[in-house]
Amino acid sequence: MNPSQLLYTATHEWVYVSESGGEKLATVGLTQYAVESLTDLIFLELPQPGQQVQAGKPLGVVESVKAVSDIYSPVDGEVIEANTALIDQLDRLSQDPYGDGWLVKIRLTGSQLPSSLLDYEAYEKLCAESV
Amino acid sequence: MVHPTLFELSKPGCRAVRWPACDVPQQAVEQLLPENLRAEAPPPLPELAEPDIVRHYVNLSAANMCVDSHFYPLGSCTMKYSPKRNDRLAQWPEFATAHPYQSEESVQGILAILYSLQKMLAEIAGLEAVSLQPAAGAQGELTALLMASAYFRSRGEKRRLVLVPDVAHGTNPASAKMAGFEIVQIASSPEGLIDLTALSQRLDSAVAVFMVTNPNTLGLFEKEIGKACEMVHGVGGLVYLDGANMNAICGIAQPGRFGVDMMHFNVHKTFSTPHGSGGPGAGPVAVTAALEPFLPVPVVRETDGRYWLDYDRPQSIGKIRSFFGNVGVLVRTYCYLRTLGSEGLRQVAERAVLNANYLMARIRHILPVPYNRRCMHEFVATAAKLKAERNIAAMDIAKRLLDYGFHAPTVYFPLVVREALMIEPTETESKETLDRFAEALEKILQEPPELLHQSPQSRPITRPDEVRANREPVVVWKGE
Repeated sequence: MNPSQLLYTATHEWVYVSESGGEKLATVGLTQYAVESLTDLIFLELPQPGQQVQAGKPLGVVESVKAVSDIYSPVDGEVIEANTALIDQLDRLSQDPYGDGWLVKIRLTGSQLPSSLLDYEAYEKLCAESV
Repeated sequence: MVHPTLFELSKPGCRAVRWPACDVPQQAVEQLLPENLRAEAPPPLPELAEPDIVRHYVNLSAANMCVDSHFYPLGSCTMKYSPKRNDRLAQWPEFATAHPYQSEESVQGILAILYSLQKMLAEIAGLEAVSLQPAAGAQGELTALLMASAYFRSRGEKRRLVLVPDVAHGTNPASAKMAGFEIVQIASSPEGLIDLTALSQRLDSAVAVFMVTNPNTLGLFEKEIGKACEMVHGVGGLVYLDGANMNAICGIAQPGRFGVDMMHFNVHKTFSTPHGSGGPGAGPVAVTAALEPFLPVPVVRETDGRYWLDYDRPQSIGKIRSFFGNVGVLVRTYCYLRTLGSEGLRQVAERAVLNANYLMARIRHILPVPYNRRCMHEFVATAAKLKAERNIAAMDIAKRLLDYGFHAPTVYFPLVVREALMIEPTETESKETLDRFAEALEKILQEPPELLHQSPQSRPITRPDEVRANREPVVVWKGE
């Protein structure tokens, strides 16, 4: 994924929306900034396929040597796939958060994306401004 | 050097104790226990002589950094010096040998102390009633939230939400979840305080409790606390104060007077009882008169000069701890409070705040403090710029401080500050100690980053593999 073409949450998730067969599919991951801030990752919990998720509500948990953090869903929908291979290979998440390190794929329920999502520039600005 | 375990030191046949000959009739174990309950072989216990055992533990304890050996500015933990006098008094046989099954008549002295402690804590809290039962601060949180739940049930109200600021201690959402609530996180304002607009947006009739820490974990006094409490009360919710930071305000501000309905005390922080390692603790809760009927049983009461344990409380949430809480710790709390009195307690808070502000002023030119205004008992500095420019992380500074003979501050908390170093000197440290600490930080930041990455250099263990320790913990020794 090219980070400049993704949308972002203020809680450091990225989302890429594609369309196939009339359905909208969102791929979700953690940003480079997030994985760098978390430092060494220890555990990852992802939702099961079939689970309903809501924008702004937790869909998983990531734990590093520093902290345990919820991963928030950027969109409303149903999880259709979780990248469970990551759970035992957290290096892949640290090293390639926009590619191999994707977390879940979600089938969107609505046609609209939440208006709170940020584009690349706005997200970069948010990271630069954070204390 | 890593200390060998007792198992590794073991030498077959070594003995610390020789038992006298048995003077009662003996029976073979085969006659006493059926085969399925008998182990095939005795457990492989280590065999050592007494001096070797004593040296093992003394050397281990010397490898530890504690407040009796080192300055320990571990933010959020209030690592003040615990006066030995309180330990000595709690070890009096009148306290230490009392048994919880003794009759009320035979423990009137202890009950009088507990009763008096309830009163003192209620006054410090500015609230009506106290339970001494919870065994720790987090159990105090859970107890209060269960009481809130019972309170709303008694009123026929269904409220499912607990609001928690993003700078809260992790125990707050954990306790709320355990008590069956859903957690809503409230973002802080750019000043690092409660954002009243963000709070008001989440306030409605589903809100049960707003949990707040004041001063908050950034070491800042919540200036709008009165208004925030009013807003929560406006929708029928309750305000819970996480009392972890009472050291900054005890004897000066009573939480009940700024609108708090319930709170806990961390007696090991504020009132100098020993900091655990999982040992006995106490997290008394104080509540308003409206919540009093829901306190756990028993509550210590007094009638005509006689103290008794009240179990007959129909609306109580029940028992949350065996017997009467951790009485030994509560006796230490009582001794601390009686020693200081109300004037002394106020001085504790004033000096804790003075020490923190002095240290902040000494070091903020080298470690910036993002929420930079007068702090309370602690402050949060950041190594973010050092990390970006010189690859020196908060963790590197923390680890190097050990080589200078200081325990590290809390790092990476609260989460809203990047590369956070949370520093709490407490009131029991002298200006000289604070100066030495500031000078050590100045020296460390002039050292090459590579050296810091390889620190500590003077401790038995340098940099453990934290990822592996978390993912593959070895918690039981199983031999080579």
